[in-house]
Amino acid sequence: MQALDAIVQYYNYAITIFLMVSGLYIVIASGNMIKKIVGLSLFQTSVYLLYISAGKILGGTAPIIDPKYTIYSNPLPHVLILTAIVVGVATVALGLAIVARIHEAYGTIEEDEIFEENGL
Amino acid sequence: MSAATAAAGHFVLGEHLPILIVVTPLLAAGVTTLLRNGRVAWFISLAVSWFLPILSAMLILQVQEKGIVSYALGGWAPPIGIEYRVDIVNAFVLFIVTSVGAIAMPYALMSVERDIDEEDRPWFYAIYLLALTGLLGMTVTGDAFNIFVFMEISSLAMYVLIAMGRDKRALIAAYQYLIMGTVGATFFVIGVGFLYITTGSLNLADIALRIGPAFAESSPPIMAALAFLVVGISLKLALFPLHVWLPNAYAFAPSFATVFLAATATKVAVYVLLRIYFSVFGTAITLSDLPVTEMLLLLSLAAMFVASILAIYEDSIARMLAFSSVAQIGYITLGIALANTSGVAGSAVHLMNHAAMKAALFAAIGAVVYRAGTSRVSELGGIGHKMPITMGAFVVAGLSIIGVPGTAGFISKWYLGVGAIEHGWWSVAFLIVASSLISVIYIGRVVEAAYFQPVSEASQKASDPPLTMLASILVFTGLTIYIGLDTSWSGQLAEQVAAVLVGGLSR
Repeated sequence: MQALDAIVQYYNYAITIFLMVSGLYIVIASGNMIKKIVGLSLFQTSVYLLYISAGKILGGTAPIIDPKYTIYSNPLPHVLILTAIVVGVATVALGLAIVARIHEAYGTIEEDEIFEENGL
Repeated sequence: MSAATAAAGHFVLGEHLPILIVVTPLLAAGVTTLLRNGRVAWFISLAVSWFLPILSAMLILQVQEKGIVSYALGGWAPPIGIEYRVDIVNAFVLFIVTSVGAIAMPYALMSVERDIDEEDRPWFYAIYLLALTGLLGMTVTGDAFNIFVFMEISSLAMYVLIAMGRDKRALIAAYQYLIMGTVGATFFVIGVGFLYITTGSLNLADIALRIGPAFAESSPPIMAALAFLVVGISLKLALFPLHVWLPNAYAFAPSFATVFLAATATKVAVYVLLRIYFSVFGTAITLSDLPVTEMLLLLSLAAMFVASILAIYEDSIARMLAFSSVAQIGYITLGIALANTSGVAGSAVHLMNHAAMKAALFAAIGAVVYRAGTSRVSELGGIGHKMPITMGAFVVAGLSIIGVPGTAGFISKWYLGVGAIEHGWWSVAFLIVASSLISVIYIGRVVEAAYFQPVSEASQKASDPPLTMLASILVFTGLTIYIGLDTSWSGQLAEQVAAVLVGGLSR
């Protein structure tokens, strides 16, 4: 019961952990190179959620100073994650570009087929 | 920068060294992308690569005078603003990375003309400069999230450099490296996130002040942060058994990219580990209480033996050298596990020594591939008679890998051995010597083929490479001998580095 309470109370972290683990699982378990990249992207996205959750303060508003409000959310995680999103997009773009080149060179994007043929 | 200095009316180079060392290659990368001529792009890269060691040498002098050089980016004072913070540790690493770039650049001219198509050459140099920017940025910055950003700049650039290899297996190598490298970087940023959540700061020096009270209040998130950071960085530095990406990446990348990456990329990752482990966690938490020490020790020893043995069975000399790199990284992390002044000095000095000798070896093998078209031991019989200078350099640098007295490798192993004995681990000191004997086998195998076997078909047409390539090989090789004979400045620097890192540890 206590564990369930904790999950409900911190459901944002529960989602983060779920995304993190499933993303990483796809990266490890899938042999399809595009699926691997999708898993990787999911894994990175979970980190965005981790940071954003930490920056949100319940009842807090956008960090624009106004006499009517006293509680503000922390803006820094948002800025950091904007940067991380750019990094993530660049990684996925480069990854997919390399997979496209692999498809041109080998005619497949299944890892086991490529490894078998080339003795890697 | 320009607005601030224009307002002040004058610009003092010495005040802006930390940012210049990052911005110079970054701007040059931008300029290079606009070019269509590979030789002009090479010349710009050469000019930048030769300028940077001057900046880093000036930084070392400043640091020895002042202790710590702190640069507030955009004038925003730390810990809120991003701080570039240079002490003797990263000044030393900056000097290694910039020097490797400077020495390797002449090699690039002919090597890149063979490995890269004409229209791609300016792009290749632009990406090299971006990789350099990322590595220097990781080293110079004092901000945890900034390390992540620069880590990804350098890594993305490296994936491209590797993918540009002629062999189609280079694509697979780049892909594997991209997957594992991104997982590593994401682990790193999760660790940074935990540190930020628990301490409320991203500035490494500031985190070091806050982490003690935070650890006393609640230790599990800090332990989780340490675990994520160490595993993430270990993926980047190819600590055994997280090294799987490395052999193919080094074997199939264009020769120049291999020389540069092998000598710098893992070294900068080691620096980040040193910084996070000693300067952030070590100041507040007694490291010997954490399981991480035993883990590092065991994995280091496993790297030294397993990777060395794998190197023996490799037919491709490039892959053999890559496995040897994994083994050598084991020596570096062994010094970190020892966590005493001699051990860490051994790690620090081995950063430089391994950079010099591995660059020499990979450059020599790159030259062999340039002339003979193969790096397989079985096809390179008698190559030593056809390429006497190149293979001579290979033998000298190989002796340094083994750790023969008078070469750089001996100095590193000496420090590590002393560190192990000071720690009371005699068996570890013995294992350091034992693992060196394995390297005798794999280096010896190449020497045997090169000098004592009949001249093969591939070797027949080979001769020493063009002068620009030879110059780089000889300077790298000369350095391994010079560092091995004259330890006055390298040993002294490494001991200063170790004193800074180990001096702040809580016992």
